[in-house]
Order: sequence, then structure tokens, then C-alpha cells
Amino acid sequence: MNWSAVAAIYRFEMARFFRTLAQSFLSPVLSTSLYFVVFGTAIGSRIQEVEGVSYGAFIVPGLIMLSVVMLAISNASFGIYFPKFLGTIYELLSAPINFIEIVIGYVGAAATKSLFVGLVILVTATFFVDIRIEHPFAMAAFLILSCLSFSLLGFIIGIWASNFEQMSLVPQLVVTPLIFLGGTFYSISMLPPVWQTITLFNPVVYLISGFRWSFYGLADVPIGFSLLAILAFTGICLALIGWIFKTGWRIRS
Amino acid sequence: MTTILSIRDLRKSYADGFEALKGVSLDIEQGEILALLGPNGAGKTTLISTVCGITTPTSGTVTVGGHDIQTEFRAARRMIGLVPQEIALEPFEKVWNTVRFSRGLFGYSSDNARIEEILRKLSLWDKRKNAIKELSGGMKRRVLIAKALAHEPRVLFLDEPTAGVDVELRKDMWEIVAELKQAGVTIILTTHYIEEAEAIADRVGVIDKGELRLVQDKDTLMAQMGKKQIEVMLTDPIQAIPESLTAHNLTLNGNGDALVYTYDTHADRTGITTLLNDVAQAGLVLRDVQTRQSSLEEIFVNLVSGESP
Repeated sequence: MNWSAVAAIYRFEMARFFRTLAQSFLSPVLSTSLYFVVFGTAIGSRIQEVEGVSYGAFIVPGLIMLSVVMLAISNASFGIYFPKFLGTIYELLSAPINFIEIVIGYVGAAATKSLFVGLVILVTATFFVDIRIEHPFAMAAFLILSCLSFSLLGFIIGIWASNFEQMSLVPQLVVTPLIFLGGTFYSISMLPPVWQTITLFNPVVYLISGFRWSFYGLADVPIGFSLLAILAFTGICLALIGWIFKTGWRIRS
Repeated sequence: MTTILSIRDLRKSYADGFEALKGVSLDIEQGEILALLGPNGAGKTTLISTVCGITTPTSGTVTVGGHDIQTEFRAARRMIGLVPQEIALEPFEKVWNTVRFSRGLFGYSSDNARIEEILRKLSLWDKRKNAIKELSGGMKRRVLIAKALAHEPRVLFLDEPTAGVDVELRKDMWEIVAELKQAGVTIILTTHYIEEAEAIADRVGVIDKGELRLVQDKDTLMAQMGKKQIEVMLTDPIQAIPESLTAHNLTLNGNGDALVYTYDTHADRTGITTLLNDVAQAGLVLRDVQTRQSSLEEIFVNLVSGESP
């Protein structure tokens, strides 16, 4: 393994993050605060507690997931797409590194950035609502796995995209609806029975349910299913990246 | 001499059937400078890209320092530096950081003294804290060279290093190349400039339509291409070349209003003064005089297609 190259890519990507630290830090703080003002205070005060948890506190895990997933995708996809766009990818392709090392560098940096933002949102949320974390290790595991798996997805999108429009296509048309309909702002038990069944086909439900369970012990689906879902998703992303590595798809002519 | 780069029957075909390289074989000796010439789309960049690992070859083998570029890609690529044709740099990154990044990418730890040496050599030291976007085009090209040299390659590929740069910078580039050669670096460059090949290359290769047409020692080549033409344009067209001018081996153009004289620029006496005197004595009135030298590329394309330069 060329760890020096992995470190160089990781450091280079993190430098981009730190160059815009105010934006990286303030943006999630501001958006989370807005969610709490609107959903927690304005609307949330009119909503009953959900299984003994105040509505404001109930939405915290979903809000963290929402930002983490979107940021992981955008950071990783941008990280690998930008060198393609600028032409600087020639350097990656002509360096003594293999694709696994490239993936570790870019995905590692994107996962770190989204993990940082997830933690910032968690801390911000404590200023608005009372939060308890019943299963901290499970919470950390879900958070880290989500950062990693969606960074892998972002990396795949970045490799696939041939323009900026395509970069935002999957996050906007697929991921955002899945997250909003995945129980970020509600428990699926609040839905009519038919929709409860339909919702179970949304993979994000398992992610948010598991993550919420690690906070309050509340889950829409059994925790084992949630864990399996996130592991399966990570496995699929890794398999896809393995295929890209083998074929050089969209990278090497 | 030791062969540092060996290319054997290298082929590259694309999915649409286009053959960019049709069995190129070439040996490059350690420490030499090879200028690769060819028209646009000839396969120069494909050849460089394939050797450097950017493009996967369809068939054939390439070894760098005895290491196969596919089975021993790490060892092979560590020996190679590439300066691409297009200026491809991250605009917001600082000069120092981007060079350090390149060094890390090739598996070397960040060596501040080495990076400083490279930046000073390329007159970039004062710009080390500048973001790339703040630099001029010439400076950006130097940054590309600095990045390529960051891991101390033994073979350096320069793809059109002086395309679109001013004369001063071109001269600087030549000096840099000369210094690298002194340091024992083998250099392969593509160029369109006759002076460039003449000034710095040891050998010249011509690639056309994916085939390496010929590789020749520069001095041999220069002897063939030291020919220049002078065109003497006349006020009044003539039907035939006057007898008094036949000794000059002139040709008359189709309109009869210009005499073309071919001479050797390396000869002690070019015969231009005598020619012009004889033209005046023959009673011909000159309207204009112009000289023309074929480009190296043109000469070679003519050579390979069997036409005289």
C-alpha cells in the first residue's frame, strides 16, 4: 500500500474543507437551528410527544442523518469529480497508486468531513432540546457507517457524472425524497397502514430508525434489520467500486 | 548507452474502432532528449498517456527501467514524471501545497528542502504561498513542471511544453530541460517548433496516423532540413527563366511572376547576393522578396509521403 499517497489525497481534501471552515461549520449550525425554530418550536410545540420523547428531540437523529448523508454524498462526489473536471486526474492516474488507495483517500476525507458536521449538529441540537443517548456505541457505529457508506455512494456518483447537473441528480431526485419520506420528521407508526408497508421499501427508514434507537430506544423496525440494511448498503457500494476499479469505467480510457 | 524506456508493438484501439497507435516500437536511451513530432491527432499524446498509465494499451509492452508498466506499475511510474499539454491545476491550492501533494502521491515523504530546491530552480519560490489562480499562464506551466519533478523522476514527459508561451519563457524552458539533462534525466517531449527540436533534442521521432514513421539523430536530420527557399516576386510576369539565370537552378511559379530559389542555410555562401544581382542584370524588376522555411513537421510529413520538402 502507498500510504503516503493516501495521506496526500486525504490531506489535500481536508485542506479544501478547512479553507472554507466558516462555511463548513456555520452552514450546518444555521440550517439545524432553522429546523429547530420551525419544526421544534413553531410546529413542534403543537405536536404531541412521540412515544414519550418531545417532538424537537425526536427529530434530532433524523436531522443529523439528513445532513450527514447529503454532505457525505456531495463531498465525495465533488472530491473525485473536480479533478475530472479540471483535468488534474491525470496525476492520480499516472501516480504509483491503485484505485483502492484513491478510494480510501477521497472517501476517508469525505466521511471525516460529514462526521464532523454530524457532530456539530448534535452539539447544536443540545442548545435547543434535551437529548439522551441510550446506546452511544451503536450511535457512533451508525453515524460512522452512514458517513462511510454514503461517501462511497458519493464517490460512485462523482465517477459516473460527466457534468455538474448529473452530480446533483441523484442527491436531489433520489436521496432527498428517500430521506424526507424515511421518517426524519415522523414515526412511521403515524402513517396509515398502507403507507407504513410502502415505507418499508425505503432503505433510509432502516437507517434513521436504527440511529433513533441508539438515542431513545425507539425504533420503527427491529434494530437488527437496521444494522443489516446499512451493512448491505455499504457492501453494495463496495462491490460497485470494486467493479469500477476492475474495469476503469469512466476513469481510464 | 542503457535503454531506459522500451516500447514494443504498442497498440491502442478505441471502442469505436479508431486505432490511435498502430504498433509503435521505440527504445529511448538513458539521458537523451527525444523530440516527438507529428500533426494533430497523430498519436503523440496517446503514446505518452499510455506509457504514463493514463490510457490502457490494447496490446504491446512498455518497460521503464526494466519495469513493466502494467505488472510492475508502481516501480515503473515512480520513475516517470509527466507535464501535460493542458494546464490542469487546482485553482485554489497554493503552489507549495500542490507540489507537496504530488510528492506524496508518488510515495515520498514531504521533504521541504527538496521542494524548496525545485521551486527555486523554476523561479517559483517567491510564489510558493500564492494560490494557483493568481499566477500567470507561464508560471502555471512552471508549476506543472515542479509537480512532475517533485518525486525526482528519471524519465520526464513534456507534452507540448512551450505551446502558447512567449519567447522568453520558451528559452527558460529550454534551459530547464538542459539542466535536467545535465542531471541525467531522460526527456521525451512533443513539439511543433523546429527551433525547439534543433535547440534541445538529441533525436527526433515522427509519428503520423498512429505509426512511428522514423526516428533519427538530430544532426542527420538538420542536414536534411537546413534548406530554405527564397521567393523573388516580379513586377511583370515572364514566360520562361532567362538563360543568364539557369545556373541558379530556379523554378518559376505557375503565374510566371515569382522565381523560387532553394539554398542551404548552413552553407558558407548561400548565393543570394549573386542571384539578386543576376536577376537585376537580366532586366527583371523585383516587386517583393520573401523567404520560407518548412516546419520540421511539414518536412517530415512530406518525407514520409515521398514528396520533396
